[in-house]
Amino acid sequence: MLKIDIQHAMLTSEGKKNLEICTEVDPKELLCLFGHSGAGKTTLLRILAGLIRADKGCIVFDNDIWFDSVRKINLSPQRRNIGFMFQDYALFPNMSVEGNIRFGQKGEKTETIENLLALFDLMSLRKQKPGQLSGGQKQRVALARVLASKPSVLLLDEPLSALDYEMRHLLQQEIQKVHERLKTTTLMVSHDIREVVHLATSVIILKNGAVISKGNPRAIFNETIQLLNESPFQESFISVKSPVF
Amino acid sequence: MEQDFWETVLLTGKLAGWTTVILFMIGFPVAYLLAYKQLFFKHLVEALISMPLVLPPTVLGFYMLIAYSPQNAFGRFLEQYFDLRLAFSFEGVLIASVIFSLPFMIQPLQNGLKSIPCSFREASYTLGKSEFVTFFRVLVPNMVPSIITAIAMTFAHCIGEFGVVIMVGGNMPGETRVASIAIYDEVQSLDYATANQYSFVLFIISLLILTLIYSINGKKTII
Repeated sequence: MLKIDIQHAMLTSEGKKNLEICTEVDPKELLCLFGHSGAGKTTLLRILAGLIRADKGCIVFDNDIWFDSVRKINLSPQRRNIGFMFQDYALFPNMSVEGNIRFGQKGEKTETIENLLALFDLMSLRKQKPGQLSGGQKQRVALARVLASKPSVLLLDEPLSALDYEMRHLLQQEIQKVHERLKTTTLMVSHDIREVVHLATSVIILKNGAVISKGNPRAIFNETIQLLNESPFQESFISVKSPVF
Repeated sequence: MEQDFWETVLLTGKLAGWTTVILFMIGFPVAYLLAYKQLFFKHLVEALISMPLVLPPTVLGFYMLIAYSPQNAFGRFLEQYFDLRLAFSFEGVLIASVIFSLPFMIQPLQNGLKSIPCSFREASYTLGKSEFVTFFRVLVPNMVPSIITAIAMTFAHCIGEFGVVIMVGGNMPGETRVASIAIYDEVQSLDYATANQYSFVLFIISLLILTLIYSINGKKTII
């Protein structure tokens, strides 16, 4: 169980906002963070990863205290055993596909690398450098690298945002497959209502740093989904006019 | 004459080589701190490091000479405790050369570190890797052109250094007489042939170094 109770002043393009989150993420859950730009989704992921220090509060995973402002505990990212997948994938250009995945590994087991290469259909690309890969291939390598470290919590920052519709759909299935197989607690940032409904077991909707809704994505987005299905080309219009905002 | 020529050329290479090695050791940690850490006096440190770019070499040479003098605290300390006189010695010139070449090593390294997307470092940390491992396995291999530029620029700059060397070291054959000083000296004594020999060596070395920098930077722009 991941318990989050934090407050943090963020500087966004619209000025200063206060991020206030108090929630619990069940084990094996795939929680989507949904909201407009500047709502605090990425900031929350970075705070959980230990890349940003929250101003106040605490973060506890199972019995491990990751952050406690009162007791002045703040574990470094290296000690939190998280897997963070960045928007730009952050694959190291000097390493091959296999090298990147091996870098994520904590032991020296070749078996794990082989399994991950097979799982993500990367066997034929193992010697390629990131610069030679397509967006979808990079995404698979990044996900494989993150999983090589066997994280307790998986943090995915808009992992599919840079991909076209077809590739997105394909990789949504990939993420779902991995989550069903490994059952790692996962928090994922997304802007796409369909993606949230398709992948998430629950969703948190953030607005200006505050949680305005939490629950089952189907229940929350029911009305919006109906509108989308009736008129799919009005997606951008609906995301603005959606009743949840 | 021939022996003097090669002695001077070798001394020039020795000064440039040692300056580059010492600066590489000092420069990398300093560049890392300036690129990634929040330091209180960061801008002042950056300004001090960049001073040799705008300051006449004779100014730095003058202050170094004053500092080395046994009549001042630093010089007196060196003489009393280490029996060392730095003025008009190779070691004195080397220290001055290190200080004067600081920006040529640190700035390319700092720019190289800054040009690496910060998500690379963060990805490495979240994969459980320490700053040390991240530095050697992620940062250094992805900034090779900047490292080569820093080394080549420092070496090339030292090869041609004149003002600081003449102020701190004078013109002592085999000790402080480097090629650029020899050129000046030979021209003063109207020996244009020897001056031409030194000039040609400096010209070729500088050209080779700059060609190396441009060819490496031209090739490696894809990250």
